[in-house]
Amino acid sequence: MNNELLAVRSVSKAFGGVQANQEISLTIPSGKIIGLIGPNGSGKTTLFNSIVGYHPVDQGSVRFQGKEITKMLVPQIARLGLLRTFQQTRIFSGLSCIGNMQISAPVVRSGLKSLFTKFPIDDMEDIEDILAFVGLHSKRHLLAGQLSFGQQKLLEFAMALIAEPKLLLLDEPTAGINPTLINGLIDRLRVANQELGITLFIIEHNMRVIMNIADHIYCLAHGQLLAEGPPDKIQNNQTVIDAYLGAN
Amino acid sequence: MRAWHYLIILLLAVSAPFILPDYRTQLAFLWLMVILALSWDIMGGQMGYNSFGNIIFFGIGMYVCAVFQRDSGLEYFQGLLLGMGLGGLAAVIIALIIGNALLGMRGHYFAIGTLGLSVVAGELAGGWDYIGAGSGLTPPLYPGEISERNVFFYFLFFVWAGITFVSLWWVYRGRFGLAINAIRDNEDKAEAMGIYTTRYKVSAWTLSALFLGVIGGGVGNLIGFIDPKDVAFSGATFGVWMILMAILGGKGSLWGPVIGAIIFHVTQELFWTLFLGWQRVALGLLIVLIVVFFPEGILGWLRQRYPHRMRDANNSTEKNKLNK
Repeated sequence: MNNELLAVRSVSKAFGGVQANQEISLTIPSGKIIGLIGPNGSGKTTLFNSIVGYHPVDQGSVRFQGKEITKMLVPQIARLGLLRTFQQTRIFSGLSCIGNMQISAPVVRSGLKSLFTKFPIDDMEDIEDILAFVGLHSKRHLLAGQLSFGQQKLLEFAMALIAEPKLLLLDEPTAGINPTLINGLIDRLRVANQELGITLFIIEHNMRVIMNIADHIYCLAHGQLLAEGPPDKIQNNQTVIDAYLGAN
Repeated sequence: MRAWHYLIILLLAVSAPFILPDYRTQLAFLWLMVILALSWDIMGGQMGYNSFGNIIFFGIGMYVCAVFQRDSGLEYFQGLLLGMGLGGLAAVIIALIIGNALLGMRGHYFAIGTLGLSVVAGELAGGWDYIGAGSGLTPPLYPGEISERNVFFYFLFFVWAGITFVSLWWVYRGRFGLAINAIRDNEDKAEAMGIYTTRYKVSAWTLSALFLGVIGGGVGNLIGFIDPKDVAFSGATFGVWMILMAILGGKGSLWGPVIGAIIFHVTQELFWTLFLGWQRVALGLLIVLIVVFFPEGILGWLRQRYPHRMRDANNSTEKNKLNK
């Protein structure tokens, strides 16, 4: 693939005796929505953590836009435009929704001088637009800690959008969200991908969701890459079905 | 808070030493307490990093100023003011050095890591002959009447407390405040959003050191004698008080530490007069009562009890800014 945005090459990570990721290689092309599935404990979140520099990898390399990022720190990687959200939603509970957005906006990140400057007013329009986009505009002055779990997930998504990433890794975006809201979330993911041009790499357990939106799916099991392919192929792949249901 | 509120506070503060001439030193110490509580709250309240070691910057400022006054041969006021500035500078440099090492630790580990700082500093100062070792150091005498001296120190401390308050008000309302609050709420998330957390943490620690380092020199001169363990690196008194006052008033807010400092200082002075001999017991009881009944501090308690009346005080700067 010539327009590869992220290239993971034979990445391994072990925690003590547990081989969480074993020689995993995958490629995320620019502009697509890529899915990552696998049974619980198959190493999906570990792979996300390895990509964004949360922990050092034992071997292998990660390249983002052709640049080697294997040894870079989390905030450095984030500033390149590679962001992730967390499975256990993480927001700044003591700040208002607007505060959460302001601190996530990319202007925050320029240089030492920005440590002590105020916020440019034109930021506010983007912030209000994105909060309206995820449906939190009426809650914008509330403390983030007062939001419901589902709303916090939406806020975390909004925070990722205002940061204008090139690639966004989403760790189970629909987990814990009211089933009727999931369709709305799918639409928003599509808009983020198509209109904002953000490439998405999504861990998801909800098969209906991931088969619906992903262009290409990778499947992990026991820390190894089990299968890859377009959604309809993965759905009918016997090894994937065995991994989920247990083969005899 | 409206403009005339600040005006009344300003008028009260300026006239206080003339209304209560017998209590000038105590009133000067009141402003010191405000500075101590505010400077601790940058780390402990706004950033969620409980430090037990901030008192070392106070001691460093005190020693640097006194040594400068002793060796520079400058006239009193020049020596004092320059010495206080140098004390602040020294505190900042040391904060940068140990901050980069200590702030890699988080939460409880950081708190425990800072616990030994004042003990180490006290022992080092107590063994160094150049700064008087265990027998301490005496700053030069104030050239003038005692009453005039007390007024001078009162206004010196008041002005620095004012500068501290206004500077913190200014940095809390911008990115810096938001970033250190984000670190308090979830440091991993802050990093994941691309915030260089270490840089902010060291800046907050350095800012704290600056306010303490500058005032340290003034306090040494007002007390008139610098003892390494009981005055300069007094972890058990000033070092603990600054934490208590911030928690009592309500940590993580601008006014909380100020209110806490005032109530704590007044109560403590009353205990000295009313329960002489038992003042430490009374103080200990007060600490227990604070933790049991005001875990969120007085300001936090008021906000819970009167949410509507206190909404104004709750981040009013942010609200005003957003209502453009």
